[in-house]
Amino acid sequence: MDYLLNDEQKMVKELAHKIAEEKIRPVAAKYDVSEEYPWDIMKVIAEAGLFGLFIPEEYGGMCVNVMNLCLATEELSRACGGIAVCYAASALGTFPIVLFGNDEQKKKYLPDLASGKKVAAFGITEPEAGSDASAIKTTAKKVGDHYILNGLKHFITNGGDAETYVVIAMTDKTKGARGASAFIVEKGTPGFTFGKKEDKFGIRASSTRELIFTDCKIPAANLLAREGMGFIVTMRTFDMSRPGVAAQALGIAQGALELAVKYTKERHQFGKSISSFQGIQWMLADMATEVEAARGLVYSTARMVDAGVKDVSKDSAMAKMYASDVAMKVTVDALQLFGGYGYMKDYPIEKYVRDAKITQIYEGTNQIQRGIIALALIREMAK
Amino acid sequence: MNIIVCIKQVPETTDVRINPETNTLIREGVKSIINPFDAYAIEEGVRLKERFGGKVTVVTMGPPQADAALREAISLGADEGVLVCDRAFAGSDTWATSYTLSGAIKKIGAFDLIICGKQASDGDTAQVGPGISTHLNIPQVTYVKKVEDASEKSMRVERLMEEGYEVIETPLPALLTVVKEINEPRLPSLKGMMKSKSAKITVWGQKDLNLDPQNIGLCGSPTQVVKIFTPPQRSGGQMLTGEATEIAEKLVSAIKDALL
Repeated sequence: MDYLLNDEQKMVKELAHKIAEEKIRPVAAKYDVSEEYPWDIMKVIAEAGLFGLFIPEEYGGMCVNVMNLCLATEELSRACGGIAVCYAASALGTFPIVLFGNDEQKKKYLPDLASGKKVAAFGITEPEAGSDASAIKTTAKKVGDHYILNGLKHFITNGGDAETYVVIAMTDKTKGARGASAFIVEKGTPGFTFGKKEDKFGIRASSTRELIFTDCKIPAANLLAREGMGFIVTMRTFDMSRPGVAAQALGIAQGALELAVKYTKERHQFGKSISSFQGIQWMLADMATEVEAARGLVYSTARMVDAGVKDVSKDSAMAKMYASDVAMKVTVDALQLFGGYGYMKDYPIEKYVRDAKITQIYEGTNQIQRGIIALALIREMAK
Repeated sequence: MNIIVCIKQVPETTDVRINPETNTLIREGVKSIINPFDAYAIEEGVRLKERFGGKVTVVTMGPPQADAALREAISLGADEGVLVCDRAFAGSDTWATSYTLSGAIKKIGAFDLIICGKQASDGDTAQVGPGISTHLNIPQVTYVKKVEDASEKSMRVERLMEEGYEVIETPLPALLTVVKEINEPRLPSLKGMMKSKSAKITVWGQKDLNLDPQNIGLCGSPTQVVKIFTPPQRSGGQMLTGEATEIAEKLVSAIKDALL
């Protein structure tokens, strides 16, 4: 399908495709096993200028453009969902500063994030505050011109490897969700340490760690927006980043589909290529159609965000939910098409199944997304 | 340091099909790329510019679509592109090509260094680089695997040999041809790609260059291709399997059988 991409979008896609094929695909299996953070690939992505896609030009980036970010993330994910999320998670950690940072904060943090010299991470999830983000227990207490942070964040992508963190903590517990605030915390700040690195089912090239705050003293100047804005910062950030997660799922699905088409052409049984059998063809046709439908949703949502459409929560939720469900189905079907070989780690396809699964879970489980969609529908009907 | 890099656009395949009647390559349906060895030349040019300052100008002789190769070179860090393009140049052999390119280089003007890939992946002659230096009467160092150091007037390089390497100091201006050991070419950057899109490519034809008409194109080429063919494929070998001692025995008996 032709999405009528403009020249800039075509360049982003072409460049990310080149990085994926020449640099990522050859090492995807290696990082899946070693679980090392893929610094060499991050350097390539940085030199190509792709970190500039979510940072304004005056701070060293190219411009904030969700469609470009989606195109890049999709292409990188085609080759490895784990390496792609290291990139996309830096966008997630950067968006709060782009959206809510004052000029001083932007000048201080964005240029290094735009050049890829540093990567970012976003910390909201806690052991007892996943989907229910209002249950967070990490606190930030103002003492003079500082805040003292105490608490624990977990499942933080890029945790430990990122230099710049945006962390949500309660400044006033009595106010519930309105008592949360967003802070920039730098790696190396006394009282800020990391817990264990998680051993994950998929996206194993990415790092996931706990962030531990023990009387961690940060300057009051690191508060983003105002006290009590923590959840607004989070919601607006997710509006920008959710199409990116959808694009990651889309890329994983597309990558699995391509491998499946290639394999079914090469695999011969009963004296013929198995792609000549109708049962196989119908599976491929369904997979391709679902991937294309997901792409339509992802690109449309990204374009809405870039056009400044005010409320994209429903569309964004639909794109994330549908693309990730498609990724799960298509990768499982792709593995099925590989038959017994697909179940073996010698072949690349089982990794796609493992990488796809997380996209149904993080940045709001698909059950939460369905809740958002249904609520929006009911609200629209009540108007 | 003003650097000129000469590149060639070639078909992206090692499986080149040949038209048996015209003895020319069939280019239809085959994607064109920058000759892989020239990618190392571009990268080295850009690295030297980053190290010593200056400018990288990329030159190619070819059909109008070779414009794409020059733009790609700009996306990889080169500053300007010159396309030497004229029907009068068609059918040039390596002598006429190096003569024509040397004419374009003279027109570009002052330079310190010319870099070429060691050879093109389609013709495999490795003659155009040395040819250019001869026409320009400047020193050449072929098969360079490392630029050790350079000053305004000279450059010290390592030249790859079959066993080991030579260290050669050459006065500048000079021409180098480079091997793949010299660097790892970078990928383009987004900014570079955008710059290349809007870059102005200079196009020079026969009348723009001060060339002897007797020395260009097909009639200016002392060599003519009489026949071109794909060598017959070698039949597949035999794979021996088993333990090492077993394989050794099988191999010895296979050799004996073959000799008898």
